Amino acid sequence: MAKAETFQDLILTLQTYWAKQGCLILQPFDVEMGAGTFHPATTLRALGPKPWRAAYVQPSRRPKDGRYGDNPNRLQHYYQFQVIMKPAPSDIQDLYLGSLREIGLDPKLHDIRFVEDDWESPTLGAWGLGWEVWCDGMEVSQFTYFQQVGGIDCDPVSGEITYGLERLAMYVQDVEWVYDLKFNNQFRYGEVFLQNEQEQSAFNFELADTDILFQHFKDYEKQCHELLTANKKLALPAYDQCIKASHCFNLLDARGVISVTERAAYIARVRTLAKACCEAWLESPMGDYKPRFG
Amino acid sequence: MADLLIELFSEEIPARMQVQAAKDLEKVVVGALSDRGFLFEGVRAFSGPRRLTLAMTGLAVQQPDVKEEKKGPRTNAPQKAIEGFLRSAGVTLDQCQTQNDGKGEFYVAVIERKGRDTAAVLAEMLPECFAKLPWPKSMRFPGSPVRWVRPLHGIVCMFDGEVVPFEFAGVTSGNTTRGHRFLSDGKPIAVRHFDDYVAALEKAYVVLEADKRKDIIRHETTQKAFALGLELIADEGLLNEVSGLAEWPVVLIGKIQDEFMDVPPEILQTSMRTHQKYFSLRDPKTGKMAARFAVVANMAAEDGGKEIVAGNERVLRARLSDAKFFWDQDRKRTLESRVDDLKAIVFHAKLGTQYERVERIEALAGEIAEKIGADVKKAKRAARLCKADLTTGVVGEFPELQGIMGRYYALHDGEDSDIADAVRDHYKPVGPSDAIPTGKVAIAVALADKLDALTGFFGVGEKPTGSGDPFALRRAALGAIRILLEGKLRLPLKVSADVLDFFADRLKVALREKGTRHDLIDAVFSLGNEDDLVRLVARVEALQSFLKTDDGANLLTAYKRAANILKAEEKKDKKTFDGAVDASLLALPEEKALAEVLGAAEKAIAADVQAEKFVEAMGVMAGLRKPVDAFFDKVTVNDKDAKLRENRLKLLARLRATLHLAADFSKIEG
Repeated sequence: MAKAETFQDLILTLQTYWAKQGCLILQPFDVEMGAGTFHPATTLRALGPKPWRAAYVQPSRRPKDGRYGDNPNRLQHYYQFQVIMKPAPSDIQDLYLGSLREIGLDPKLHDIRFVEDDWESPTLGAWGLGWEVWCDGMEVSQFTYFQQVGGIDCDPVSGEITYGLERLAMYVQDVEWVYDLKFNNQFRYGEVFLQNEQEQSAFNFELADTDILFQHFKDYEKQCHELLTANKKLALPAYDQCIKASHCFNLLDARGVISVTERAAYIARVRTLAKACCEAWLESPMGDYKPRFG
Repeated sequence: MADLLIELFSEEIPARMQVQAAKDLEKVVVGALSDRGFLFEGVRAFSGPRRLTLAMTGLAVQQPDVKEEKKGPRTNAPQKAIEGFLRSAGVTLDQCQTQNDGKGEFYVAVIERKGRDTAAVLAEMLPECFAKLPWPKSMRFPGSPVRWVRPLHGIVCMFDGEVVPFEFAGVTSGNTTRGHRFLSDGKPIAVRHFDDYVAALEKAYVVLEADKRKDIIRHETTQKAFALGLELIADEGLLNEVSGLAEWPVVLIGKIQDEFMDVPPEILQTSMRTHQKYFSLRDPKTGKMAARFAVVANMAAEDGGKEIVAGNERVLRARLSDAKFFWDQDRKRTLESRVDDLKAIVFHAKLGTQYERVERIEALAGEIAEKIGADVKKAKRAARLCKADLTTGVVGEFPELQGIMGRYYALHDGEDSDIADAVRDHYKPVGPSDAIPTGKVAIAVALADKLDALTGFFGVGEKPTGSGDPFALRRAALGAIRILLEGKLRLPLKVSADVLDFFADRLKVALREKGTRHDLIDAVFSLGNEDDLVRLVARVEALQSFLKTDDGANLLTAYKRAANILKAEEKKDKKTFDGAVDASLLALPEEKALAEVLGAAEKAIAADVQAEKFVEAMGVMAGLRKPVDAFFDKVTVNDKDAKLRENRLKLLARLRATLHLAADFSKIEG
């Protein structure tokens, strides 16, 4: 069991491992989002009857978590490694534990536990039951059996595993300052992302133009509705608009211009979009394809 | 007689649900067996992170035969009705008896049901039982038609040494289970009986019984702490939780870095407890928290736990850095400067901001302080600062430290220690086992806080209901009651009638344990105008002792008699008899005597009550017993002479009124 010595080794190891379990290795979705769950490969593919297995890295943006590069582990942009398996195989816990062995966490030397933690995303109208997985008292993954997405029952039920890559890498590399992580043997994480954290934090908290963002939110919301009320419903482009609106909301929230009561109302508006997209997806061919030339 | 062993093996069951799940499993299975006529000798249920187990002894291998009589239609009923009855009972007419109930003959079907093999009954019954288990939260999962708390992987069901075959949640029952996820060899373990099951699990690193896991944790922690000259800070809630997170608990001790030991121990302890589920240790000589923690792992690691301890220490460092950061940041601003920030925090939509609430508490605390002899200035100052810590980083992270942090920050700001203590203690008592605040300043703020909440929420119609008390008003009222009674504080509550009624209800609950009768509380409360709880309780207690005496019990009987007569006659005459008794119409010596003592008693009781000499007042009432008894012995109230009758009724009315000076006897039961 070789340790994943660098950040990119960790990613490569996980990709190789989950590819062996029959997962598609997809690439990040090209729209800003708060978590890997928002990737249509999870949100939409978790719905409907068709089997699905995918794994991918997703850059996750949480504007409010920006700390100008001053915090040992809190980032407004970080990487999640996401695995979705539909239906959840009955040995999915063992498969997951296998992945920990691959990256160098030997369950015979460490204390690995499944601690109740049910997951809910009010913006996606989604929830599931599961655990946070602890390794020696640290949360290394979130493990969820999806019950609903977009307010719709998931049938069959998918299993979702999310690894917080930076935190996991810090643990494996024994590093206490995220920017000191070895990205590979030559570059540190800080060389790649410190400046980004500093500048984006300033943008998130000080400079993001809230008038523009409010306008963008409305525009995305309007476009999303239009795409779902047209004669031919376009679930995928509509869903893009939905996640863009969600990101606008996150930025506005970071700028502190949304009050507590408004907050709930904005979340409800995004949820309405997400639900409508999910419903449209279920009415669509859901990715059906027959090879043209056999 | 044979034994039954059931195990439901699943993915990790939330710790908080395990104990109840075992109880529920037992209840459901026992209930279903009794419904089917079964008796058994003993039953025990167990739960842990991955399994629910039930072991039953002394269950018959054959279900008892049942003989059941079913009443049918009359023998002269229409043919159709009779046929319908025979069909539903599953018998023929010659299998029926006829019986006579005095009004005629009717059919009785005697149905004899042969008991079946217990194993067959179990196979049919158990899946239904399992499906009925009331999990607080359950889920669907692939391959299962029913919901369970987490995916189910195995079922052991052995009866009389044999597998009882059935299917539940997509799993077929059998005779094998599994051991510890990492410590066992992972191979299926075949079991037959409970005893070999427990032994096999132990060998596979699983301690079945939660209590045993708790004992191990308690014992190991105490031992390891002792070796370091330390002792465990007991935490029963945490112990319950961690015993549900490990099948093979192993206690390890880690170090807290010295740089964190300046942080208040409450912060360290709360952070370790809530985030990491660690136990805190202390030095028994100084009582101070030690720079060590105890973690309960689910793993006896090959390296003796070195990696695990190192990992946990590292995680804790990150956690405590966060906490220390908040603590350092928070102290850069005074509590005083934070009071204004409360304007931005809504307390309740109809009750305004936290700032407005603080202003009300401040005014009220001042008034209360004056009445109870506390320093008014200090009380107002403490009230002003009492909610300011809600805006601090530490309280934001750990809401349960509200008040405790306020005290630290107040002391840091150089506030007077009475004020700082009041900021901490004004939430007290937090529960029935918590002490009331001791300082007078703290008492004033604590009462003001609770009375403001009660008055405020009742005022906007947010009263507690049978099902819910979201603003913890019951606790607030109970807290105020305890502060007043335990501190013997003479303080008129000055609250609206509905809040006072609420206090009366809570008072009954609070005094129930002491054996104080709720009807006597009503009897005193219903006199009205009583909002001094100390005085009220003194009166109730005097009344209760009095009613325990012969004189008291007899006087109560006489009172009821008088009241019943009055009620009947008032109804008959459609008028009351409240007027003065005419001395010239008193004919018999017994009524003269009664009129005389009543006159004296009335004055004496009124004076005693006024002077709060309730025991003395009851003494006076005791003196009424003999003349009252004599009156009822010798005097006919409803005399033929209307004038005499009315005068006697007036005398009874006066007796009633006299007793009502002490309490409303009509509310007294018995």
